[in-house]
Amino acid sequence: MDIFADQLLVFVMLINFVVLGSSRMTMAIRAVAVQGVVLGLLPGIIHHFSWHLVAITVGIILAKGVIIPWLLFRAMDRIQIKREVEPFIGYVSTLIIGAVTTALAFVFAAKLPLAPEHQGLLFVPASIATMMTGFLTLTTRRKAISQVIGYLILENGIFIFGLLLTTAMPVMVEAGALLDLLVGIFVMGIVINHISNEFSSIDTSRLTALKE
Amino acid sequence: MYYSLILLPLVGALAAWFIPSNRHRPLVLPLFAALHLSLTIDLLVATPPPSPGGWLVLDPIGKLFLGVETVLFFTCAVYAVGYLSHRQERSNKVLCMGLLVCLSAMSLVTVAHHLGLLWVALEATTLTMAPLIYFNRNARSLEATWKYMLICSVGIALALLGLFFLAYSTVVAQKEATLLLEPLIASARQLSPAWLNAAFIFLLVGFGTKMGLAPLHTWKPDAYGEAPGLVGALLAGGLVNCAFLAIIRVYQICMKATETAFYHNAMIVMGLVSMAFAAVFVVRQADFKRMLAYSSVEHVGILAIALGIGGDALFGALFHVINNGLTKGVLFLTSGNIHRSYGSKNCEQVKGALHRVPWSGALFLAGFIAITGSPPFSPFLSEFTIVSSIFGQRQALVGTLFLIFLAIIFLGMASSVLPVVMGKMTPAVVRTSYRDSFLTVGPPLFLMAVILVLGLWLPAPLKTLLQQSAQLLEVRP
Repeated sequence: MDIFADQLLVFVMLINFVVLGSSRMTMAIRAVAVQGVVLGLLPGIIHHFSWHLVAITVGIILAKGVIIPWLLFRAMDRIQIKREVEPFIGYVSTLIIGAVTTALAFVFAAKLPLAPEHQGLLFVPASIATMMTGFLTLTTRRKAISQVIGYLILENGIFIFGLLLTTAMPVMVEAGALLDLLVGIFVMGIVINHISNEFSSIDTSRLTALKE
Repeated sequence: MYYSLILLPLVGALAAWFIPSNRHRPLVLPLFAALHLSLTIDLLVATPPPSPGGWLVLDPIGKLFLGVETVLFFTCAVYAVGYLSHRQERSNKVLCMGLLVCLSAMSLVTVAHHLGLLWVALEATTLTMAPLIYFNRNARSLEATWKYMLICSVGIALALLGLFFLAYSTVVAQKEATLLLEPLIASARQLSPAWLNAAFIFLLVGFGTKMGLAPLHTWKPDAYGEAPGLVGALLAGGLVNCAFLAIIRVYQICMKATETAFYHNAMIVMGLVSMAFAAVFVVRQADFKRMLAYSSVEHVGILAIALGIGGDALFGALFHVINNGLTKGVLFLTSGNIHRSYGSKNCEQVKGALHRVPWSGALFLAGFIAITGSPPFSPFLSEFTIVSSIFGQRQALVGTLFLIFLAIIFLGMASSVLPVVMGKMTPAVVRTSYRDSFLTVGPPLFLMAVILVLGLWLPAPLKTLLQQSAQLLEVRP
């Protein structure tokens, strides 16, 4: 079972690179959707069967694989923007930085004082690598939608770490966290729509009226 | 009882959704705020037992925060009726609903003893405030909303990672992973120190972003500056306290660990950096609402330092939670009135508020005097307790810097506030239709009176509550 989980985590890390390297937003949104579905499958693989688990799996796949991508696609359609133009750092450079941080994530994870049963698994390095990808996307892209995608990837990375903890997050809390994420993306989608109406662009580097 | 505290405001939000009239809808706010207030008083007098499983508990610290929050919300709700009657040009449905949902989430923060639940509630307060910051529907408020949303969401996501680290420290200690406060406090000595340190850093950064500790405060001046005064009051007096309560919960666990010097130093440094940032930016600040935001950065810094110092400063910190929350209410509500009256919040244009809106002007001035820590108002007492505790523990460097920053901020704020209130009116600035009325002046006047009374006389039940709360935070070897 752990081997299968590790293979899925490798897949998750490969998706990170798809997002970092793609200039088309449709591609990036689809990639995040696939990543969400894969993450939704993971708890089912590593834990024993229970109805609680089924509920969580269905909830995550619905939220991260269906509803959130739909919200993002809808926002994208309304504002008629298909591509991320001129990120602050070019695609090749972000890919290289992404590769370096992923490698560092493995080195770093090997040094962490993990519980004996978690040593040698891919959860922690995959979690760190995905979080770093999220930060990289958040900071290097100009378009508001790309930043939301970065935030989602960051959240996914944190989620992977949470998989190590079986009992800490009861189903109610897990559901609440998922609902917060959904509403958050919903509100961000609305704000993006208003930004595009107000500024005729969703280039966040133009949001500079407020400063000292 | 706990459920009604949380569900009641949601019922109010539902009611606001169904009321079609823009004129009558704001009345829902004081109605449900009054119900929430009476329910809270009931809970404070007769504390209910913890809910099954120990998820919801009303401990003395929770009582204190719940009390401040419900009083502030009630005042803001009354104010909202007066304020929204001047803003009939736009729909207030989202505003009324958002305020009530936020009240529900804030109440949940104060009673939650499961840290995951507390996180969910805190994230919910962040989300409900976003549409309220955008109430004015212009480019500037949009920019503020976007920055607020993105920075706070990322911050609070990092706090979730911190919570996971905290739970993981129990896994490494070969215990069952949990995020319930009581078991974590009980087993704090056995938790893995490395993971506990990592958890503390991420939680301080995450909740610190929400609270507005420098250098994570960058969203704050924008959001406070562009939001309506009423929303600003709840952000600075309500949400800041909720985030501080989250930090207090983490502090309760960390203080029971074997080695605590790191936590103390981290909070003191973070607090001093916040005060330094505030001191730099509050001077020559051209926008009086942004100036208040920097004052808020200063006061969260003071709270962080007080936690870091410990001892008697803990009493001061908890007392300061009340004082800062209520005084910020006075300042933001009256600054909203002045903004309404001049149609501007630029200190160049707004001068002589004392002549144009005498009540709001006078209260704004009194609020300034109170927040900068001058007697006879209660922030003086809490700040004095903190300062004397700092020097009492021979942290002379911290104490000196603290006093220097306080002095700079006092002078910086005075140079903006005094012309706004007492300066010579510029005839070019047209007067809007706003006039001071009972509903827009009464609420800040009430808060000011509370601050004054607390400064002169601390009622015995409140003193006991503060002492009980401080005891929960104290480190006992």
